Amino acid sequence: MTAPYQGAGREVGVEEAELVRRQSNIWRDTGRNVVHQRNAIVGLFILGFLVLIAVFADQITIYPPDQVLIGVVPGARPAAPPCVHAFGCPEDKPQFLMGTDPNVRDEYSRVVHGARVSLFVGFATVGFAIMLGMLAGLVAGYAGGWGDNVIMRAMDILLVFPALLLAISIVTALGQSLINAQLAIGIVAIPIYARITRASVLSVKETDFVTASRALGESSRGLIFRRILPNSITPLIVAGTLGIAGAVLDVAALSFLGLGAQPPLAEWGSMIGLDSGRLFSAPWLIIFPGIALSLTVFGFNLLGDGLRDALDPRLNR
Amino acid sequence: MSRYIIRRLLLTIPVLAGILILVFFLSHILPGSQCRALIGERATDAMCADFDHLHGLDLPVYQQFVNYVAGLAQGDLGASVKTSQPVTTLLIERLPVTIELSFYALLFAVPLGVLLGIVSASRRNSSMDVVTMAGANLGVSVPIFVLGLMLAFVFSYLLKGTVLWLPPSGRLTPGLTITPLVVSWGLEDLKGPLRNIIDFFSNIYTFNALITAQWVIFVDAFRHLILPAIALGTIPLAIIARITRSSLLDVLGLDYIRTARAKGLSDKAVVRHHALPNSMLPVVTIFGLQVGALLGGAVLTETIFNLSGVGRAVSESIASRDYAVVQGFVVVIAIGYMFVNLAVDISYAFLDPRIRLQ
Repeated sequence: MTAPYQGAGREVGVEEAELVRRQSNIWRDTGRNVVHQRNAIVGLFILGFLVLIAVFADQITIYPPDQVLIGVVPGARPAAPPCVHAFGCPEDKPQFLMGTDPNVRDEYSRVVHGARVSLFVGFATVGFAIMLGMLAGLVAGYAGGWGDNVIMRAMDILLVFPALLLAISIVTALGQSLINAQLAIGIVAIPIYARITRASVLSVKETDFVTASRALGESSRGLIFRRILPNSITPLIVAGTLGIAGAVLDVAALSFLGLGAQPPLAEWGSMIGLDSGRLFSAPWLIIFPGIALSLTVFGFNLLGDGLRDALDPRLNR
Repeated sequence: MSRYIIRRLLLTIPVLAGILILVFFLSHILPGSQCRALIGERATDAMCADFDHLHGLDLPVYQQFVNYVAGLAQGDLGASVKTSQPVTTLLIERLPVTIELSFYALLFAVPLGVLLGIVSASRRNSSMDVVTMAGANLGVSVPIFVLGLMLAFVFSYLLKGTVLWLPPSGRLTPGLTITPLVVSWGLEDLKGPLRNIIDFFSNIYTFNALITAQWVIFVDAFRHLILPAIALGTIPLAIIARITRSSLLDVLGLDYIRTARAKGLSDKAVVRHHALPNSMLPVVTIFGLQVGALLGGAVLTETIFNLSGVGRAVSESIASRDYAVVQGFVVVIAIGYMFVNLAVDISYAFLDPRIRLQ
């Protein structure tokens, strides 16, 4: 424990001790939460599996996702149920692992290729939100004063709106497309990252090592990007991983409503939305993309939870 | 305490102004002319000029904004450009549907979530805990529209003909009608705000049926709400269970809990009287945030289960460029959400005396 300093320095000493305490606890807590570690490992496993599927989508499917199979595959019918000969399906029917959709496309191929879309959507949307949120949070936290007030009140107003409703209005204003849906979900998520960044900037910027860097003549930009930012990154990674889960869900929801991905793109949300009217006659068109979508979100949620418990035991929610 | 509440109330003014400005300008940058969206491609420029003039759309945007706020201050939310119905009338029709749905979703989510959280925390790392938390993780991962469709598939299709069958859409079985409260009470001639308020509550079907003892209707309306409420309530349920568990675990690790145990109190008494009250603060916070999420989820739930609530009204009127309706609904939703958060903040002060003193 460092000896208490005089005056303002006193608080710094306490905070520094707090940081030391946190660091020494990280590994111990990580080891202790075996159950949650298992979560992170299961999450990583699921996501690894999905990434492999996305990368090798063309190799593990027979037909392209957009190809209409009438005349290509003899006997292919619209909205045909799954048929695998090994599982007792009559030999005279064509084989489709997940059936066909109403446009006689291979549902399996569409579900597999959907992994590409959803993984890309998740990373791109959250990446965009983190960039802008981080910038806003850094400026607000570092500048303080009225700049801080203006930025954070603007963020508060964004937070007042139910996220999906705000996203729906933004998409309508911009036009219906996957990229606009991502943009809308990204914008709605900015305040989360701005708040996290600001909070960690505020807690780091008064510490001794930052004061020392400043005394050594480090520029503001250097202080922000070399000293403060690296120390704010942990909570951002955790929130970002969980944020990807939310972004995948929300973009799929917009696509489900017809506001995001447009046909014929194989996107799980829009596939479910377009075929939801056939729930009782062709449930496989809902069940398979539904499972794929839930699995993706589940993977990111598990990984995010595991990371949070491992990296930041004090945010133990 | 009252100073805290007053300060908190004053803080809502700038947020309210921000909401109004954002909603107004957002709905005015929607591309495409309202006139052409409504009349169609055949609309001539002269027709559109008349249309714009009639609805005040030819005024400068700032002038339209001033008119809008002035109307709002007198309780006038404008009228639908499409159907000429006042937005207030639409609200009285649609808002009760969403409120009823959200109420049952929360009724399902909050008590069950808190209970599961408590059980998990007090038997940490037991198989019960692991299963509950895995279930909670799964619960937040299944999209509302997937869950809703799956529920409809299982309960309305697979279980058809059994006692477990539940209706997949609408609010009442076709053929059944509910008597409005004004009719039950013989107040058909009533006008003005009181009439609006009575009509509003009248449209909360289960409430109306309950107080006027229309039991067949009550059961039918309730059965129609079960699947949507579960679909909408599952994510909050999972989140509340997780928060309750972790917050309770945090509190159970504190010194005063050890003291209570050292006094010889039973585990049950320690949790119930000492730990639980102090662990509810984060749960209340999350509750407030979840109300906002519920409104978003309501759009999806109402679409799947064919309920004509606020969520669907907003997405439909955005599609048909009916600005007035979009503005009216979003403003009311945002203000309602703001007051929920205000109530949450005030309840902090009751739950935690330290906040009052700051």
